[in-house]
Amino acid sequence: MDLLLKIWRQKNKTEKGGVQNYRIKNIEPDMSFLEMLDVLNQQLINEGDDPIAFDHDCREGICGSCSLVINGAPHGPDKGTTTCQLHMRKFKSGDTIYIEPFRSSSFPVIKDLVVDRSAFDRIQQAGGYVSINTSGNTVDANATPIPKPDADEAFKSAACIGCGACVAACKNSSAMLFVGAKVSQYAHLPQGKVERNERVINMVDQMDKEGFGSCTNTGACEAHCPKDISLDNIVRLNQEYLKSKIL
Amino acid sequence: MQSSIVKKVLMALSGIFLMFFLLQHLTINLTSLIPDDGKTFNAISHFMGYNPIVQFILQPILIFGVCFHFIMGFILEYQNRKARNKKYIYHKTNSSWISKNMIITGLVILAFLALHFYDFWIPEMEYKYINYEVSDPTKYFHELKEKFYGATYRTAIYCISFILLGMHLNHGLSSSFQSIGVTKSRDKLLRAVAYIYSFGISLGFIAIAIFHYFTH
Repeated sequence: MDLLLKIWRQKNKTEKGGVQNYRIKNIEPDMSFLEMLDVLNQQLINEGDDPIAFDHDCREGICGSCSLVINGAPHGPDKGTTTCQLHMRKFKSGDTIYIEPFRSSSFPVIKDLVVDRSAFDRIQQAGGYVSINTSGNTVDANATPIPKPDADEAFKSAACIGCGACVAACKNSSAMLFVGAKVSQYAHLPQGKVERNERVINMVDQMDKEGFGSCTNTGACEAHCPKDISLDNIVRLNQEYLKSKIL
Repeated sequence: MQSSIVKKVLMALSGIFLMFFLLQHLTINLTSLIPDDGKTFNAISHFMGYNPIVQFILQPILIFGVCFHFIMGFILEYQNRKARNKKYIYHKTNSSWISKNMIITGLVILAFLALHFYDFWIPEMEYKYINYEVSDPTKYFHELKEKFYGATYRTAIYCISFILLGMHLNHGLSSSFQSIGVTKSRDKLLRAVAYIYSFGISLGFIAIAIFHYFTH
């Protein structure tokens, strides 16, 4: 496959970036998208150019490190798939592919396609955890009976890998799908009940402090989520927040 | 009030309140289509215009609700635009045009409201509270006819505004239920109710404007 890549290049946080064109040849359809970028980077290194910076880690669709907006869609054209699990067979030889970083005021570009997503870490630190007694009397989580429907719902929300595609897809850069998933995964479980009220209030407060926009229910986050996290999580976030504030 | 969720909930609640008002407004206006020379329409309009509870309690609440909805809408739009500092060069989205452009349909409704107030509400306030004219329980139907009969531009502006109002209501209704934590905006039943309500309001007002444009 021969492709024309239009890639966002930006030296650092402060410098103004722009799109640069790269032609790449002989790409195998069975390569992953990131492998294709590896090939391009090797080509750039061989030519003495600066390779393109992009985030990646597990390359198995579970760590949430990879990002990229490919042809206008976070994680590319394949539904329910992360960038690292996207394969070049989804494109045709001769295609032009636009590759941009996730865009949000709360996700500043560090270099090229790498953005700073530490805002999500700070939201998690504000309440996305359960406190466990680790003094030697820890109760095995499996010893606590949990109804199957609740466990399933909690698991669906816990599938969120915190990649930030919801923020990248939303026209308001809203993080409510992410925060909703993190609040929901504990709201369904008995272990999450103790800190339930503080959790949602603290996480939403931190989300607002980080400067994310508010949800206008366009549904773009759900449509582009690589883990198919449902809008139901935003409904539950609103419920949890209102209950915590009123009751 | 600082929380984004509280702002959204207040936006949704004020929107739901205005939706009830619109339904009531349409029901009253539909009586102008009854072939009784406007007797029913005049009677209801006169009651609404001179009932002290409607005039001095419900009307100020309504005006507050309208102002609150617009101001909160602008605040949220400003914050949301600030949150996305840079646009994509190439952007593809699955979201509907309506859901992404509530501010545009909202601004059209705001402009329409200014015209509507200029046409009906300001003359009515002048008549009652500035000139202290004697109440005339038969004037409302006549005034309505006078405004629309043969008035092509006014009727066209009203009809276009009603279409955009319908679009705004369609997303607004389903969205408000998600914001208050009832059910997600894509819920099938909620979508059906939103379509029936928004089409009903839009087509109802359009039918009234067109009817009075053609009949004398």
